Amino acid sequence: MARVGIIGCGQTAFGRRSDATVQELAFEAWRAALDDAGVEPDVVEATVVGSVPEYHKQRSLPGVIQEYLNLNPRPVWLTEAACASGSAALRTAWLEIAAGVHDVVAVIGCQKMTELETAEILALMGRVGDVQWESGFGTTFPGYYAMFARRHMHEFGTTSDQLAAVAVKNHHYGAANPKAMFRKEITVAKARASEEVSAPLSVYDCCANADGAACVILAGERAARALGKDRVVWLDGMGCASDSMSVLRRSDLTGLPSARAAAAQAYAMAGVTAKDIQVADVHDCFTIAEIMAYEDLGFCGRGEGGAFIDARGSYIGGAHPVNLDGGLKAKGHPIGATGVSMTCEIVSQLRGECGPRQVPGASIGLTHNVGGIGQYCFVNVLRRD
Amino acid sequence: MFEWFGLVSYCPHTKVAGFAQHLKDGRLMGSRCDACGRVSFPPRADCPDCRGAAFTFTEYGGAGTVVTFTRIAAAPAGFEGRTPFTIGVVDLDEGGRLLAWCGGTLDEAALAIGQRVQVVPRLFEELEAIKVHYTLEAPGTTWAKA
Ligand SMILES: [Zn+2]
Repeated sequence: MARVGIIGCGQTAFGRRSDATVQELAFEAWRAALDDAGVEPDVVEATVVGSVPEYHKQRSLPGVIQEYLNLNPRPVWLTEAACASGSAALRTAWLEIAAGVHDVVAVIGCQKMTELETAEILALMGRVGDVQWESGFGTTFPGYYAMFARRHMHEFGTTSDQLAAVAVKNHHYGAANPKAMFRKEITVAKARASEEVSAPLSVYDCCANADGAACVILAGERAARALGKDRVVWLDGMGCASDSMSVLRRSDLTGLPSARAAAAQAYAMAGVTAKDIQVADVHDCFTIAEIMAYEDLGFCGRGEGGAFIDARGSYIGGAHPVNLDGGLKAKGHPIGATGVSMTCEIVSQLRGECGPRQVPGASIGLTHNVGGIGQYCFVNVLRRD
Repeated sequence: MFEWFGLVSYCPHTKVAGFAQHLKDGRLMGSRCDACGRVSFPPRADCPDCRGAAFTFTEYGGAGTVVTFTRIAAAPAGFEGRTPFTIGVVDLDEGGRLLAWCGGTLDEAALAIGQRVQVVPRLFEELEAIKVHYTLEAPGTTWAKA
Protein backbone atom coordinates (compact mmCIF):
# COMPACT_ATOMS: atom_id res chain seq x y z
CA MET A 1 0.00 0.00 0.00
CA ALA A 2 1.29 3.46 -0.91
CA ARG A 3 2.31 5.69 1.98
CA VAL A 4 0.04 8.76 2.16
CA GLY A 5 0.96 12.07 3.72
CA ILE A 6 -0.37 15.55 4.40
CA ILE A 7 1.30 18.26 2.32
CA GLY A 8 -0.85 21.20 3.39
CA CYS A 9 -3.44 22.20 5.95
CA GLY A 10 -5.52 25.22 6.89
CA GLN A 11 -8.60 26.17 8.84
CA THR A 12 -10.88 29.08 9.66
CA ALA A 13 -11.15 30.41 13.16
CA PHE A 14 -14.00 28.60 14.95
CA GLY A 15 -16.95 30.51 16.37
CA ARG A 16 -20.14 32.23 15.28
CA ARG A 17 -19.77 33.21 11.63
CA SER A 18 -22.91 35.11 10.71
CA ASP A 19 -20.99 36.78 7.87
CA ALA A 20 -20.42 33.71 5.68
CA THR A 21 -22.09 30.76 3.95
CA VAL A 22 -20.77 27.27 4.54
CA GLN A 23 -19.10 27.22 1.11
CA GLU A 24 -17.44 30.56 1.90
CA LEU A 25 -16.06 29.01 5.10
CA ALA A 26 -14.87 26.02 3.08
CA PHE A 27 -13.08 28.36 0.68
CA GLU A 28 -11.20 30.05 3.53
CA ALA A 29 -9.85 26.70 4.69
CA TRP A 30 -9.11 25.58 1.12
CA ARG A 31 -7.18 28.80 0.36
CA ALA A 32 -5.15 28.42 3.55
CA ALA A 33 -4.34 24.77 2.81
CA LEU A 34 -3.22 25.51 -0.76
CA ASP A 35 -1.04 28.37 0.49
CA ASP A 36 0.41 26.11 3.16
CA ALA A 37 1.11 23.32 0.65
CA GLY A 38 2.46 25.75 -1.92
CA VAL A 39 0.52 24.06 -4.72
CA GLU A 40 -2.06 25.23 -7.26
CA PRO A 41 -5.57 23.71 -7.47
CA ASP A 42 -4.75 21.89 -10.72
CA VAL A 43 -2.78 19.19 -8.84
CA VAL A 44 -5.81 18.30 -6.69
CA GLU A 45 -7.62 15.46 -8.44
CA ALA A 46 -10.61 14.96 -6.15
CA THR A 47 -12.32 16.31 -3.03
CA VAL A 48 -14.05 14.60 -0.13
CA VAL A 49 -16.35 16.65 2.11
CA GLY A 50 -17.06 15.70 5.73
CA SER A 51 -20.15 17.33 7.21
CA VAL A 52 -23.45 16.53 8.94
CA PRO A 53 -26.18 17.48 6.48
CA GLU A 54 -29.11 18.15 8.80
CA TYR A 55 -27.59 21.39 10.11
CA HIS A 56 -27.57 23.13 6.74
CA LYS A 57 -30.41 24.69 4.76
CA GLN A 58 -28.46 23.83 1.60
CA ARG A 59 -29.07 20.22 0.69
CA SER A 60 -26.29 18.12 -0.81
CA LEU A 61 -23.45 20.31 0.35
CA PRO A 62 -20.57 18.77 -1.68
CA GLY A 63 -22.18 20.07 -4.87
CA VAL A 64 -22.18 23.67 -3.79
CA ILE A 65 -18.69 23.43 -2.28
CA GLN A 66 -17.09 21.86 -5.35
CA GLU A 67 -18.67 24.55 -7.54
CA TYR A 68 -17.58 27.40 -5.25
CA LEU A 69 -14.03 26.01 -5.07
CA ASN A 70 -14.05 26.00 -8.90
CA LEU A 71 -13.19 22.29 -9.01
CA ASN A 72 -15.88 20.90 -11.33
CA PRO A 73 -15.83 18.39 -13.00
CA ARG A 74 -13.48 16.65 -10.55
CA PRO A 75 -15.16 14.08 -8.25
CA VAL A 76 -16.63 14.96 -4.86
CA TRP A 77 -19.01 13.41 -2.36
CA LEU A 78 -20.01 13.61 1.28
CA THR A 79 -19.03 11.36 4.16
CA GLU A 80 -21.20 11.30 7.27
CA ALA A 81 -20.26 9.76 10.61
CA ALA A 82 -21.86 12.30 12.97
CA CYS A 83 -19.17 14.30 14.83
CA ALA A 84 -16.50 12.16 13.14
CA SER A 85 -17.59 13.08 9.60
CA GLY A 86 -14.33 14.97 9.02
CA SER A 87 -12.22 11.94 9.88
CA ALA A 88 -14.45 9.81 7.67
CA ALA A 89 -13.62 12.18 4.81
CA LEU A 90 -9.91 11.95 5.63
CA ARG A 91 -10.07 8.16 5.66
CA THR A 92 -11.91 8.12 2.33
CA ALA A 93 -9.27 10.36 0.72
CA TRP A 94 -6.52 8.17 2.21
CA LEU A 95 -8.20 5.09 0.70
CA GLU A 96 -8.47 6.80 -2.71
CA ILE A 97 -4.74 7.43 -2.73
CA ALA A 98 -3.67 4.16 -1.10
CA ALA A 99 -5.75 2.30 -3.69
CA GLY A 100 -3.83 4.04 -6.45
CA VAL A 101 -6.88 5.79 -7.90
CA HIS A 102 -5.67 9.34 -7.21
CA ASP A 103 -2.34 10.98 -6.26
CA VAL A 104 -3.53 14.19 -4.59
CA VAL A 105 -6.90 14.64 -2.83
CA ALA A 106 -8.33 17.52 -0.77
CA VAL A 107 -10.33 16.84 2.38
CA ILE A 108 -12.76 19.51 3.54
CA GLY A 109 -14.54 19.35 6.88
CA CYS A 110 -17.10 22.07 7.41
CA GLN A 111 -20.17 22.92 9.44
CA LYS A 112 -22.33 25.95 9.99
CA MET A 113 -24.24 25.17 13.15
CA THR A 114 -25.67 28.62 13.82
CA GLU A 115 -27.90 28.65 10.71
CA LEU A 116 -30.71 26.88 12.54
CA GLU A 117 -33.30 28.53 14.78
CA THR A 118 -33.29 27.50 18.44
CA ALA A 119 -36.53 25.51 17.91
CA GLU A 120 -34.92 23.57 15.05
CA ILE A 121 -31.87 22.84 17.19
CA LEU A 122 -34.06 21.60 20.06
CA ALA A 123 -35.93 19.33 17.62
CA LEU A 124 -32.67 17.94 16.21
CA MET A 125 -31.34 17.49 19.74
CA GLY A 126 -34.24 15.13 20.48
CA ARG A 127 -33.15 12.68 17.78
CA VAL A 128 -29.50 12.00 18.68
CA GLY A 129 -30.17 8.59 20.19
CA ASP A 130 -32.05 5.54 18.94
CA VAL A 131 -35.34 7.19 17.97
CA GLN A 132 -37.31 3.96 18.33
CA TRP A 133 -36.52 3.09 21.94
CA GLU A 134 -34.79 6.09 23.55
CA SER A 135 -35.77 9.46 22.04
CA GLY A 136 -39.41 9.17 23.21
CA PHE A 137 -38.08 9.66 26.74
CA GLY A 138 -36.36 12.98 25.96
CA THR A 139 -32.76 11.76 25.85
CA THR A 140 -30.09 14.26 24.82
CA PHE A 141 -26.46 14.14 23.74
CA PRO A 142 -25.19 15.53 27.08
CA GLY A 143 -27.60 13.09 28.75
CA TYR A 144 -25.81 10.06 27.28
CA TYR A 145 -22.36 11.33 28.29
CA ALA A 146 -23.76 12.22 31.71
CA MET A 147 -24.77 8.57 32.10
CA PHE A 148 -21.23 7.51 31.10
CA ALA A 149 -19.87 9.99 33.66
CA ARG A 150 -22.17 8.69 36.41
CA ARG A 151 -21.06 5.11 35.73
CA HIS A 152 -17.37 6.14 35.59
CA MET A 153 -17.73 7.90 38.94
CA HIS A 154 -19.44 4.83 40.40
CA GLU A 155 -16.86 2.30 39.22
CA PHE A 156 -13.67 4.33 39.57
CA GLY A 157 -14.39 7.18 41.97
CA THR A 158 -13.90 9.85 39.33
CA THR A 159 -14.97 13.28 40.64
CA SER A 160 -16.64 16.39 39.29
CA ASP A 161 -13.44 18.29 40.15
CA GLN A 162 -11.50 15.97 37.85
CA LEU A 163 -14.01 16.61 35.05
CA ALA A 164 -13.64 20.35 35.66
CA ALA A 165 -9.84 20.01 35.56
CA VAL A 166 -10.13 18.85 31.93
CA ALA A 167 -12.10 22.00 31.07
CA VAL A 168 -9.52 24.14 32.91
CA LYS A 169 -6.66 22.60 30.88
CA ASN A 170 -8.43 22.97 27.56
CA HIS A 171 -9.35 26.59 28.22
CA HIS A 172 -5.75 27.21 29.31
CA TYR A 173 -4.40 26.06 25.94
CA GLY A 174 -7.35 27.47 23.99
CA ALA A 175 -6.43 30.90 25.32
CA ALA A 176 -3.18 30.62 23.34
CA ASN A 177 -4.83 29.43 20.10
CA PRO A 178 -5.83 32.26 17.73
CA LYS A 179 -8.29 29.91 16.00
CA ALA A 180 -10.18 29.04 19.20
CA MET A 181 -13.71 30.18 19.98
CA PHE A 182 -13.09 30.75 23.72
CA ARG A 183 -9.77 32.35 24.58
CA LYS A 184 -10.16 32.79 28.33
CA GLU A 185 -8.70 30.83 31.22
CA ILE A 186 -11.20 29.38 33.71
CA THR A 187 -10.90 27.86 37.19
CA VAL A 188 -12.26 24.65 38.69
CA ALA A 189 -14.47 26.76 40.95
CA LYS A 190 -15.93 28.65 38.00
CA ALA A 191 -16.58 25.41 36.08
CA ARG A 192 -18.18 23.77 39.11
CA ALA A 193 -20.47 26.77 39.64
CA SER A 194 -21.88 26.64 36.12
CA GLU A 195 -25.50 25.67 35.46
CA GLU A 196 -26.51 22.01 35.34
CA VAL A 197 -27.16 20.60 31.86
CA SER A 198 -27.57 16.91 32.62
CA ALA A 199 -26.36 15.80 36.02
CA PRO A 200 -23.47 15.32 36.76
CA LEU A 201 -22.51 17.49 33.74
CA SER A 202 -22.83 21.26 33.78
CA VAL A 203 -22.23 23.96 31.17
CA TYR A 204 -18.43 23.90 31.50
CA ASP A 205 -18.38 20.14 30.94
CA CYS A 206 -19.82 20.65 27.44
CA CYS A 207 -18.26 21.89 24.22
CA ALA A 208 -20.01 24.60 22.22
CA ASN A 209 -21.61 24.48 18.79
CA ALA A 210 -19.62 26.56 16.32
CA ASP A 211 -19.19 27.42 12.66
CA GLY A 212 -15.98 26.62 10.86
CA ALA A 213 -14.10 24.72 8.20
CA ALA A 214 -10.76 22.94 7.90
CA CYS A 215 -8.90 21.51 4.93
CA VAL A 216 -5.98 19.13 4.46
CA ILE A 217 -4.35 18.15 1.19
CA LEU A 218 -3.19 14.54 0.96
CA ALA A 219 -0.65 13.12 -1.47
CA GLY A 220 0.86 9.73 -2.12
CA GLU A 221 4.56 9.49 -1.33
CA ARG A 222 5.68 9.57 -4.97
CA ALA A 223 3.44 12.55 -5.80
CA ALA A 224 4.57 14.41 -2.68
CA ARG A 225 8.24 13.97 -3.63
CA ALA A 226 7.51 14.90 -7.27
CA LEU A 227 5.97 18.14 -5.99
CA GLY A 228 9.18 18.77 -4.03
CA LYS A 229 7.58 18.42 -0.57
CA ASP A 230 10.05 17.67 2.20
CA ARG A 231 8.10 18.40 5.39
CA VAL A 232 5.32 15.91 4.89
CA VAL A 233 3.39 14.50 7.86
CA TRP A 234 2.55 10.87 7.15
CA LEU A 235 -0.69 9.03 7.92
CA ASP A 236 1.10 5.97 9.22
CA GLY A 237 -1.64 4.39 11.34
CA MET A 238 -5.31 4.54 10.35
CA GLY A 239 -7.86 2.97 12.70
CA CYS A 240 -11.63 2.93 12.45
CA ALA A 241 -14.39 1.05 14.29
CA SER A 242 -18.09 1.20 15.11
CA ASP A 243 -20.43 0.40 17.99
CA SER A 244 -24.16 0.18 18.68
CA MET A 245 -26.33 3.24 18.08
CA SER A 246 -28.27 2.48 21.22
CA VAL A 247 -26.90 2.79 24.73
CA LEU A 248 -29.10 -0.23 25.47
CA ARG A 249 -26.75 -2.48 23.53
CA ARG A 250 -23.42 -1.16 24.87
CA SER A 251 -21.10 -3.65 26.52
CA ASP A 252 -19.32 -0.89 28.44
CA LEU A 253 -20.61 2.42 29.84
CA THR A 254 -17.27 3.71 31.17
CA GLY A 255 -15.40 3.93 27.88
CA LEU A 256 -15.85 3.55 24.13
CA PRO A 257 -15.09 0.07 22.77
CA SER A 258 -14.94 1.59 19.26
CA ALA A 259 -12.12 3.89 20.39
CA ARG A 260 -10.13 1.00 21.85
CA ALA A 261 -10.57 -1.01 18.65
CA ALA A 262 -9.62 1.93 16.41
CA ALA A 263 -6.56 2.71 18.55
CA ALA A 264 -5.35 -0.90 18.43
CA GLN A 265 -5.57 -0.84 14.62
CA ALA A 266 -3.78 2.51 14.34
CA TYR A 267 -0.98 1.54 16.73
CA ALA A 268 -0.43 -1.81 14.98
CA MET A 269 -0.37 -0.25 11.52
CA ALA A 270 2.06 2.49 12.58
CA GLY A 271 4.22 0.04 14.56
CA VAL A 272 3.96 2.11 17.75
CA THR A 273 2.39 1.78 21.19
CA ALA A 274 0.55 4.32 23.32
CA LYS A 275 3.89 5.19 25.00
CA ASP A 276 5.21 6.59 21.71
CA ILE A 277 2.46 9.22 21.32
CA GLN A 278 4.00 12.61 22.09
CA VAL A 279 1.00 14.81 21.35
CA ALA A 280 -2.70 14.05 20.79
CA ASP A 281 -5.94 15.73 19.87
CA VAL A 282 -8.87 13.81 21.36
CA HIS A 283 -12.63 14.17 21.13
CA ASP A 284 -13.59 16.10 24.27
CA CYS A 285 -17.21 16.84 23.33
CA PHE A 286 -17.71 16.53 27.10
CA THR A 287 -15.07 16.53 29.81
CA ILE A 288 -15.84 12.89 30.65
CA ALA A 289 -15.14 12.03 27.00
CA GLU A 290 -11.54 13.25 27.35
CA ILE A 291 -11.07 11.20 30.54
CA MET A 292 -12.43 8.11 28.77
CA ALA A 293 -10.14 8.86 25.80
CA TYR A 294 -7.02 8.83 28.03
CA GLU A 295 -7.99 5.31 29.06
CA ASP A 296 -9.26 4.03 25.70
CA LEU A 297 -6.03 5.20 24.00
CA GLY A 298 -3.85 3.59 26.68
CA PHE A 299 -2.36 6.87 27.97
CA CYS A 300 -3.27 5.51 31.41
CA GLY A 301 -4.98 2.40 32.78
CA ARG A 302 -8.73 1.78 32.93
CA GLY A 303 -10.29 3.97 35.59
CA GLU A 304 -7.14 6.09 35.97
CA GLY A 305 -8.26 8.99 33.74
CA GLY A 306 -9.17 11.20 36.69
CA ALA A 307 -5.79 10.66 38.32
CA PHE A 308 -4.10 11.28 34.96
CA ILE A 309 -5.50 14.82 34.69
CA ASP A 310 -4.82 15.44 38.41
CA ALA A 311 -1.16 14.56 37.76
CA ARG A 312 -1.14 16.92 34.75
CA GLY A 313 -0.28 13.98 32.49
CA SER A 314 -2.09 15.68 29.59
CA TYR A 315 -0.30 19.04 29.95
CA ILE A 316 2.90 19.94 28.09
CA GLY A 317 5.61 18.24 30.13
CA GLY A 318 3.28 15.36 31.04
CA ALA A 319 3.45 11.85 29.56
CA HIS A 320 0.90 12.59 26.79
CA PRO A 321 -0.02 16.24 26.15
CA VAL A 322 -3.64 16.38 24.92
CA ASN A 323 -5.71 19.05 23.16
CA LEU A 324 -3.13 21.83 23.10
CA ASP A 325 -5.39 23.65 20.61
CA GLY A 326 -8.06 23.95 23.32
CA GLY A 327 -9.93 20.84 22.22
CA LEU A 328 -13.57 20.86 21.26
CA LYS A 329 -14.17 22.49 24.63
CA ALA A 330 -12.39 25.79 24.00
CA LYS A 331 -11.68 25.70 20.26
CA GLY A 332 -15.36 25.00 19.49
CA HIS A 333 -16.99 22.05 17.71
CA PRO A 334 -18.27 22.65 14.18
CA ILE A 335 -18.97 18.94 13.94
CA GLY A 336 -17.99 18.19 10.34
CA ALA A 337 -14.85 20.32 10.61
CA THR A 338 -13.58 18.88 13.89
CA GLY A 339 -11.76 15.76 12.66
CA VAL A 340 -9.98 17.72 9.93
CA SER A 341 -9.11 20.51 12.37
CA MET A 342 -7.63 17.95 14.79
CA THR A 343 -5.48 16.72 11.92
CA CYS A 344 -4.35 20.29 11.15
CA GLU A 345 -3.35 20.76 14.79
CA ILE A 346 -1.28 17.57 14.95
CA VAL A 347 0.41 18.43 11.62
CA SER A 348 1.31 21.86 13.05
CA GLN A 349 2.62 20.26 16.26
CA LEU A 350 4.78 17.79 14.34
CA ARG A 351 6.18 20.62 12.23
CA GLY A 352 6.95 22.62 15.39
CA GLU A 353 4.73 25.58 14.49
CA CYS A 354 2.63 25.92 17.64
CA GLY A 355 4.56 28.59 19.57
CA PRO A 356 3.62 28.79 23.26
CA ARG A 357 1.58 25.56 23.08
CA GLN A 358 4.20 23.52 21.19
CA VAL A 359 5.37 20.13 22.47
CA PRO A 360 9.14 20.46 21.96
CA GLY A 361 10.48 18.05 19.36
CA ALA A 362 7.27 16.06 18.84
CA SER A 363 7.57 13.64 15.93
CA ILE A 364 4.66 11.22 16.50
CA GLY A 365 1.11 12.43 17.15
CA LEU A 366 -2.43 11.09 17.26
CA THR A 367 -5.99 12.14 16.49
CA HIS A 368 -9.06 10.55 18.13
CA ASN A 369 -12.38 11.62 16.62
CA VAL A 370 -15.64 10.17 17.93
CA GLY A 371 -19.01 10.19 16.17
CA GLY A 372 -22.08 10.46 18.38
CA ILE A 373 -21.63 8.48 21.59
CA GLY A 374 -19.02 6.20 20.01
CA GLN A 375 -21.08 4.76 17.15
CA TYR A 376 -18.05 5.71 15.05
CA CYS A 377 -14.45 6.24 16.08
CA PHE A 378 -11.42 7.13 14.01
CA VAL A 379 -7.93 7.03 15.54
CA ASN A 380 -4.98 8.03 13.38
CA VAL A 381 -1.25 8.05 14.11
CA LEU A 382 0.74 10.74 12.31
CA ARG A 383 4.52 10.93 11.91
CA ARG A 384 6.70 13.69 10.48
CA ASP A 385 9.35 13.27 7.81
CA MET B 1 -49.78 1.99 16.56
CA PHE B 2 -46.10 2.36 17.51
CA GLU B 3 -46.64 6.14 17.49
CA TRP B 4 -48.31 5.50 20.85
CA PHE B 5 -44.89 4.77 22.38
CA GLY B 6 -43.04 7.65 24.02
CA LEU B 7 -44.13 11.21 24.80
CA VAL B 8 -42.76 12.25 21.40
CA SER B 9 -42.75 9.64 18.63
CA TYR B 10 -40.33 9.70 15.73
CA CYS B 11 -40.98 6.15 14.65
CA PRO B 12 -44.59 5.24 13.73
CA HIS B 13 -43.79 2.19 11.59
CA THR B 14 -42.06 -0.96 12.77
CA LYS B 15 -42.51 -4.73 12.57
CA VAL B 16 -42.78 -4.78 16.38
CA ALA B 17 -45.63 -2.21 16.53
CA GLY B 18 -47.67 -4.66 18.64
CA PHE B 19 -45.32 -3.79 21.52
CA ALA B 20 -47.27 -0.54 22.04
CA GLN B 21 -50.67 -2.31 22.17
CA HIS B 22 -49.29 -4.74 24.74
CA LEU B 23 -47.87 -1.87 26.78
CA LYS B 24 -51.31 -0.18 26.73
CA ASP B 25 -52.72 -3.48 28.04
CA GLY B 26 -50.20 -3.38 30.89
CA ARG B 27 -47.78 -5.94 29.47
CA LEU B 28 -44.06 -5.43 28.89
CA MET B 29 -43.03 -7.54 25.93
CA GLY B 30 -39.74 -8.78 24.54
CA SER B 31 -39.43 -10.97 21.46
CA ARG B 32 -38.53 -14.63 21.02
CA CYS B 33 -37.16 -15.86 17.68
CA ASP B 34 -39.40 -18.65 16.40
CA ALA B 35 -36.44 -20.38 14.77
CA CYS B 36 -33.67 -20.35 17.39
CA GLY B 37 -35.41 -19.15 20.55
CA ARG B 38 -33.21 -16.08 21.12
CA VAL B 39 -34.97 -13.61 23.41
CA SER B 40 -34.48 -9.85 22.89
CA PHE B 41 -35.40 -6.72 24.77
CA PRO B 42 -36.18 -4.28 23.22
CA PRO B 43 -38.07 -6.68 20.92
CA ARG B 44 -36.84 -7.08 17.35
CA ALA B 45 -38.40 -8.73 14.32
CA ASP B 46 -35.25 -9.96 12.62
CA CYS B 47 -33.02 -12.33 14.53
CA PRO B 48 -29.38 -11.17 14.66
CA ASP B 49 -28.18 -14.71 15.45
CA CYS B 50 -29.97 -16.96 12.93
CA ARG B 51 -31.48 -14.27 10.64
CA GLY B 52 -34.94 -15.71 11.25
CA ALA B 53 -37.84 -13.42 10.27
CA ALA B 54 -40.58 -14.85 12.51
CA PHE B 55 -40.94 -13.96 16.19
CA THR B 56 -43.44 -14.13 19.03
CA PHE B 57 -43.88 -11.53 21.79
CA THR B 58 -42.96 -12.86 25.20
CA GLU B 59 -43.98 -11.17 28.45
CA TYR B 60 -41.36 -9.76 30.80
CA GLY B 61 -41.81 -9.39 34.55
CA GLY B 62 -39.91 -6.08 34.45
CA ALA B 63 -37.73 -6.37 37.57
CA GLY B 64 -34.23 -4.99 37.11
CA THR B 65 -31.21 -3.09 38.38
CA VAL B 66 -30.20 0.53 37.70
CA VAL B 67 -27.04 0.68 35.58
CA THR B 68 -26.74 4.45 35.29
CA PHE B 69 -28.95 7.55 35.28
CA THR B 70 -29.02 11.30 34.74
CA ARG B 71 -31.24 14.27 35.56
CA ILE B 72 -31.88 16.24 32.36
CA ALA B 73 -32.23 20.01 32.83
CA ALA B 74 -31.79 21.09 29.18
CA ALA B 75 -34.47 19.18 27.28
CA PRO B 76 -35.23 18.72 23.59
CA ALA B 77 -38.40 19.83 21.76
CA GLY B 78 -41.55 18.32 23.24
CA PHE B 79 -40.10 17.91 26.75
CA GLU B 80 -39.62 21.57 27.74
CA GLY B 81 -42.42 21.67 30.30
CA ARG B 82 -41.17 18.58 32.14
CA THR B 83 -37.65 19.60 33.20
CA PRO B 84 -35.84 18.54 35.16
CA PHE B 85 -36.61 14.86 34.67
CA THR B 86 -34.58 11.80 35.59
CA ILE B 87 -33.83 8.99 33.13
CA GLY B 88 -32.41 5.66 34.19
CA VAL B 89 -30.94 2.73 32.26
CA VAL B 90 -31.96 -0.62 33.73
CA ASP B 91 -30.65 -4.14 33.17
CA LEU B 92 -33.69 -6.44 33.24
CA ASP B 93 -33.42 -9.67 35.24
CA GLU B 94 -34.77 -11.54 32.21
CA GLY B 95 -32.10 -10.12 29.90
CA GLY B 96 -31.93 -6.97 27.82
CA ARG B 97 -32.00 -3.36 28.91
CA LEU B 98 -34.32 -0.38 28.82
CA LEU B 99 -34.29 3.32 29.40
CA ALA B 100 -37.15 4.99 31.28
CA TRP B 101 -38.22 7.86 33.49
CA CYS B 102 -38.03 7.65 37.22
CA GLY B 103 -41.60 7.22 38.54
CA GLY B 104 -43.40 8.53 41.62
CA THR B 105 -42.65 5.64 43.99
CA LEU B 106 -38.89 6.29 43.85
CA ASP B 107 -37.00 9.09 45.59
CA GLU B 108 -35.14 10.64 42.63
CA ALA B 109 -32.62 12.37 44.87
CA ALA B 110 -31.66 9.01 46.38
CA LEU B 111 -31.55 7.04 43.11
CA ALA B 112 -28.36 4.96 42.93
CA ILE B 113 -26.52 2.65 40.58
CA GLY B 114 -27.23 -0.94 41.62
CA GLN B 115 -30.67 -0.09 43.04
CA ARG B 116 -33.43 -2.64 42.41
CA VAL B 117 -36.45 -1.31 40.50
CA GLN B 118 -39.70 -2.48 38.89
CA VAL B 119 -40.57 -1.36 35.34
CA VAL B 120 -44.26 -0.41 35.18
CA PRO B 121 -46.31 0.18 31.96
CA ARG B 122 -47.95 3.63 31.91
CA LEU B 123 -50.53 5.62 29.97
CA PHE B 124 -50.13 9.40 29.80
CA GLU B 125 -53.48 10.02 31.52
CA GLU B 126 -53.31 13.80 30.98
CA LEU B 127 -53.05 13.51 27.17
CA GLU B 128 -56.04 13.10 24.89
CA ALA B 129 -54.17 10.97 22.37
CA ILE B 130 -53.18 7.43 23.33
CA LYS B 131 -49.56 7.69 24.54
CA VAL B 132 -47.84 4.91 26.46
CA HIS B 133 -44.46 4.49 28.14
CA TYR B 134 -43.02 2.88 31.24
CA THR B 135 -41.52 4.15 34.46
CA LEU B 136 -39.04 2.88 37.04
CA GLU B 137 -40.78 2.23 40.36
CA ALA B 138 -40.06 0.69 43.75
CA PRO B 139 -39.85 -3.14 43.78
CA GLY B 140 -43.27 -4.65 44.50
CA THR B 141 -45.23 -1.90 42.72
CA THR B 142 -48.27 -3.45 41.02
CA TRP B 143 -50.52 -2.34 38.16
CA ALA B 144 -53.64 -3.45 36.28
CA LYS B 145 -53.40 -5.61 33.17
CA ALA B 146 -56.07 -5.90 30.48
ZN1 LIG C 1 -33.00 -16.71 15.70
